[in-house]
Amino acid sequence: MELLYGIFIDPWVQMYELPDFFIQVIWEGFVAGVLYSLIALGFVLIFKASSVFNFAQGIMVVFAALALVGFHELGAPAWLAVILALITMYALAFSVEKFVLAPLVGQDGIILFMATIGLTFILIGSGQWIFGGETKAMITDELFLPSGDIVWEVFGGIVIFQNLDIAATVIAGLMIVGLALFFSYTKIGRALRAVADDHQASLSVGISLNQIWVVVWFAAGIVALVTGIMWGAKSDVSFALQIVALKALPVLVLGGFTSIAGAIVGGLIIGIGEKVFEVYWGGLMGGGVESWFAFIIALMFLLYRPQGIFGDVHIERV
Amino acid sequence: MIYREAGQFKTSYANDLVAFPIKQDKIGIWIWLFIAAILIPIFGLPGMDYGFAMKAIMIPVLIFTITTLGLNILTGFAGQISLGTGAFMGVGAYACYKLTTWFPDTNIILLILASGFVSAFVGVIFGLPSLRIKGFYLVVATLGAQFFLEWAFGRIGWLYNYNPSGAIEVPARDVFGVMVTGPSASPAVQYLICLGILVLLTWIASNLIRGRIGRSWMMIRDMDIAAELIGVRPLAAKLSAFAVSSYYCGVSGALMVFIWLGAAEVESFDVNHSFLYLFMVIIGGLGSITGSFMGAAFIWVFPLVLKEVGKGFGANATVMENISLIAIGAMIVIILIKEPHGLARLWQISKQKLRLWPFPH
Repeated sequence: MELLYGIFIDPWVQMYELPDFFIQVIWEGFVAGVLYSLIALGFVLIFKASSVFNFAQGIMVVFAALALVGFHELGAPAWLAVILALITMYALAFSVEKFVLAPLVGQDGIILFMATIGLTFILIGSGQWIFGGETKAMITDELFLPSGDIVWEVFGGIVIFQNLDIAATVIAGLMIVGLALFFSYTKIGRALRAVADDHQASLSVGISLNQIWVVVWFAAGIVALVTGIMWGAKSDVSFALQIVALKALPVLVLGGFTSIAGAIVGGLIIGIGEKVFEVYWGGLMGGGVESWFAFIIALMFLLYRPQGIFGDVHIERV
Repeated sequence: MIYREAGQFKTSYANDLVAFPIKQDKIGIWIWLFIAAILIPIFGLPGMDYGFAMKAIMIPVLIFTITTLGLNILTGFAGQISLGTGAFMGVGAYACYKLTTWFPDTNIILLILASGFVSAFVGVIFGLPSLRIKGFYLVVATLGAQFFLEWAFGRIGWLYNYNPSGAIEVPARDVFGVMVTGPSASPAVQYLICLGILVLLTWIASNLIRGRIGRSWMMIRDMDIAAELIGVRPLAAKLSAFAVSSYYCGVSGALMVFIWLGAAEVESFDVNHSFLYLFMVIIGGLGSITGSFMGAAFIWVFPLVLKEVGKGFGANATVMENISLIAIGAMIVIILIKEPHGLARLWQISKQKLRLWPFPH
């Protein structure tokens, strides 16, 4: 009886009695969701253009952030470190295309997926080797990211918004708008959309697939760098992030593998959902449920609607 | 030269279908078994301390071979990719731990073999989504299993008997008066137990794969819709693959904790280990039993060798660890590009060449 009360009644009572705390929880979940969305966005970019399920997106986030901090530690000023990190991501995109994707053209999706797991290990190894495996602090001040917080008094309590979180949300929003504009109005963007639609048709009108792949991997690299900066600013740069980044996978399942809007909505659902569940229901199960909540939700969702909220229905023929 | 089938005639249909059609292969298997079951337990590995050779190389390699066999059945033969291997091993280990608390007097080897069934059951539950989804979606489902089970091992006190350290510690047990688990057990005995279970499971696996059930797995892998049209039931085929695979993983997990590690925490079953097992399958060869042996041995021994080589050059241990990560990652990519069927395929090619030698074709 007590358990039933704990599951079905108590959480709602708490939400009603402490609305300010509830808003705080939702905000925290929202911010986490924005970061999940950003990682998922990198996945979607690559998946749309090359049908490669890029398992390495999570480690690319860590790698980009590490490169940024690493170059800064070597004495480069912040702006130069950003440029150098971008160059690193471009070099990475170029070599991935040249040495991994191009030789594997036409292989099964699952083979390409395993190749990106291999790539993950290469990046973990080289990242630790070049930049060191210890946890590093993100250069927040040098990048002009705001600190401090805004306190909002509401419902007889307070809700605290970290300025950094607000900035992260705004920057993420700007980046998504930027990407949307890039896809709609530039030549390369249109070529990307053409490739996403149909590889052979786009080849036949003279779009170079290899070039497009470098571009999308670089775009995913930029997204990874932004994500890395945001995440690093919130909780330091370390390889533990890579495991957290795996949560972008359930986000993709929810949103659909090919939809940017889906990545964003899915990320927010997962982010807010897991925070609320952890805070109000997690205690009943001994806590720590954040590690699997997203996956189990995605799993249940898969059984109901395998293509995701915004995904295309996939029809198979023999 | 010696490896040649000239003069070996098949006179019956059954004769043509035997597991080892060439006589030399049959002899080869007996030689391998002789080395593994008699020479190694007596002498260890050449040029190495006996205890080290057993505890750090042979026993883990045998145990991981069982894991790799299990994952290979699921991924290589049935085509269902899984990143939850580590967690399924954990299920086996924790199940065995609970079984030893309930039945302290039962033969520990039987308990290890029985704990696989618990793992098989859990595997089937998490395999259920595979009926609706496949490919990358299944990756997400199995990762879900991984994280959920990892959490369960850490948070559900009942599983580790409310041990304050949160770890499971293996009680010392004997079988017919010979110590098998615990610190006083001799490495040779432990090695032979692992070997015995491995040989038994390999024999079962190779027969399953040659039989009806294995063929239905491969049909599902190659094209599930076509397989369904010609009468393979996807439900039975996929779930049986999950069950058998998880059974193998569970047994190897129980062996890992009870025979090899002696105590285990959640970290022994985390997602990084799951990746490692997938690598063993890929490097060894997807869909090959021989490959499972090669992959497990290679992925386990390679970093150790690299570490020794690094010591020779005076490089420090962390650097060598990173280099071995890079090397393994690069090898995965190279193998997938150059030889998607892994080491097993290379082995097969060289045997084929030997059969025709000195002619090229």
